[in-house]
Amino acid sequence: MEQLLEILKKMHPEVDFAAEDDLIGAGVLDSLDIVTLITEVNSTFDVAIPAEEVIPENFASAKAIWALIERLDEE
Amino acid sequence: MQFTSVSFLLFAAVTVGLYFSVPRKRQWWVLLAASYLFYFCAGAEYLIFILYTTCVTYLTARLMQKRADAEDAFVAANRDTMEKSERKAYRAKEKKKRLHILALGLLLGFGMLAVLKYTAFVLTGVNSFLSLFGTARVTIPSLLLPLGISFYTFQSMGYLIDVYRKSVRAEGDFFKLALFVSFFPQLIQGPISRFSSLGNQLFEPHAFDGFSFRAGLCRVVWGFFKKLVVADTAMIAVKELTSNTAEFTGVYVFLLILLYSVQIYGDFTGGIDITIGLSEMLGIKLAENFDRPFSSKSTKEYWRRWHMTMGTWFTDYIFYPLSVSNSMQKLSKWSRAKLGDKVGKRIPVYLATIVTWFLTGLWHGAGLNFIVWGLLNCLVILVSQELQPLYTGFHQKFPRLTASKPWGVWQAVRTFLLMGLIRSLDCYRDVPLTFRLWGTMFTDFQWGTLFCGGLLSFGLDVADWCVILGGVLVIFLVSRLGKTEPVREKLAKRPVLMCLCLCALTVVILLFGAYGIGYDASQFIYNQF
Repeated sequence: MEQLLEILKKMHPEVDFAAEDDLIGAGVLDSLDIVTLITEVNSTFDVAIPAEEVIPENFASAKAIWALIERLDEE
Repeated sequence: MQFTSVSFLLFAAVTVGLYFSVPRKRQWWVLLAASYLFYFCAGAEYLIFILYTTCVTYLTARLMQKRADAEDAFVAANRDTMEKSERKAYRAKEKKKRLHILALGLLLGFGMLAVLKYTAFVLTGVNSFLSLFGTARVTIPSLLLPLGISFYTFQSMGYLIDVYRKSVRAEGDFFKLALFVSFFPQLIQGPISRFSSLGNQLFEPHAFDGFSFRAGLCRVVWGFFKKLVVADTAMIAVKELTSNTAEFTGVYVFLLILLYSVQIYGDFTGGIDITIGLSEMLGIKLAENFDRPFSSKSTKEYWRRWHMTMGTWFTDYIFYPLSVSNSMQKLSKWSRAKLGDKVGKRIPVYLATIVTWFLTGLWHGAGLNFIVWGLLNCLVILVSQELQPLYTGFHQKFPRLTASKPWGVWQAVRTFLLMGLIRSLDCYRDVPLTFRLWGTMFTDFQWGTLFCGGLLSFGLDVADWCVILGGVLVIFLVSRLGKTEPVREKLAKRPVLMCLCLCALTVVILLFGAYGIGYDASQFIYNQF
C-alpha cells in the first residue's frame, strides 16, 4: 500500500490519497492519469490490469486500487 | 419520419397510448413493433441492415456466453484440485477463445459499417493517388447508408465487448436483443446506451407514472423549441455563410463559428431532449448526453460534457484497451528504458489518445475534414496536458485572479471559441478552404461591415436575429435555473404552471419555428452520422 501511495503522490503531490475516496468523481484522476498509473502499477507489482477492470469503482480511492491489485494477484 | 414531423407526433402518441394499454408484460412487444415500424418508414431497405447487425450481435454474444458458462462451471467443479497457476492458465486460454469469437463479431459488425460508410471515401483517395500516374480510375459504387447505422452499430458492438468482459450476460431472447438494438427514440442519433443500464428497463413492465410522463413531455416540447426555433433559424445563416465563401470571409467566419455553435447545440441537444423525454414518458431512463458543455473551462472538460455517451464509448472500448494492452505496456517499458522516464511513460497514453481521436473523427463522417477535426481536438488536449505545469505555476502565482468569477468566464469563452473554431471544419467540409478562411479572421477581419448591412446580408432579417438571441437567452436562463434540479422536474411538480409553460412554449414554436410544407431543411445534423 505504501508503494502505491508513493506512485500516486508522485502524480499529484497536492492530493491526500490516503483520505480521498472519490478520485474519479472529484476529477483528481483523469483518463491520462489512469493509464500512467496502470503502467506504473503493472511494472511495480508485476500484475496486468486488463481494460475491463478500468472502471470508476476500481480507481475511486487508493484502497480500491490496492484491492484491485490484490484481487488480480490472487486470481 | 422525422422527429419534427406531424406524422412522428401521431406515431409517438399512438405508441405511448398502446404501451400503457396492453398488459404490462407485453409492453416491450409494443416498443419492438413501434421501433421496426419507425425504421421501416425511414426506408424499408434499411431493415436488412439492422437485422444483420442484430443477428451478428445475438449469435456471437450467445457463443461467448456459452463458453464463459462452461469455463465457470469447469473452474467451480475443479476448484479444489486445480493449482492457482493452472486456474489462471485455463482462464487465460478460455479468454483467448472468447476473444476470437469477439473479433469475428466485431469484424462482421464494424465491417458492414466500414463498407457502407467509408468505401466511397477510400476509393476517392485511391483515385486521387492513381491520377498522379495517369492510371485508369476505379468506379465508385453508390452504396446505401442506413439511417443511424453508426449509432446502432456502436451500441451493439459495445454490448458484445461487455459480454466478452463478462460485465453483462448475453440476452437469450432474440427479440429482446432486437429491441435493444432498435429502440426507436434513440435509434438515429443516440445516446449510445449500455445494455447494463438500458436492457432491463426496456423489458420490464412499467406502470403509468404521472410525474415521469409530465417531466418527459416538458422535455420533448423543450427539445422541439431548441430544434425548430433556435437551431433551424440559425441554420438559415449557416447555410448561406458556407455556400458563399468567397464573399463571407473575415468577420463572417467568426459569425459562422458562433451561429454554427448555436445551431448544433440546439439541433443535437434538442434531438436528445426529444429522445430522452419520450423515453421518460414511457418510464425508461436513458443516459444523459450533455451536461452544460458550453460552460466547460477546458477542452478535456468540454469532451466530458458534450456527447458524453460517445466519449465514454471511445474511452472504455478504444482508449483503455489500447493503452493498457500488452504491446502498449511493452512499448512503454522499452521507451522508458531508451528515452527516459519522463518521455517514455507518455508514449502509450499519447499514442492511444491519437488513435482514439482519429477514430472519433472518422466516426463522425467519411471525410478528411472529420479526421482533421478529430486530430485537432487531440492536439489541443495533448498540448494542454503538456502545459499543465505552466498553468499550475500561474494559478499558484495569481491565486486570487484564477479563483475569480471573471477568470472562470474567460476560460469558458476561450474553450467555447476554440471548440467552435475546430467545429467549423464540419461546416465548410474542405480542409484547405477552412484553414484559409480562419486566416482571413486575422488578416482581413473588417468587423465594420457588419454595421453597414452586413448582419442582414446572409439570410437573417431583424426578426430572425431576435428569435436566435431570444432563444439563446432562454436556453441560458433555463440552464442556470436547472443547476440544482432540472426545470422540467420543478414544473412537473406544479401541473398548472407546467400546462401554462407548455402552452406558451408551443405558441412560440408555432409562431417562430421553422417547419411546414415547403420547408425542407430540418433534418437533424447527427442523423447523418
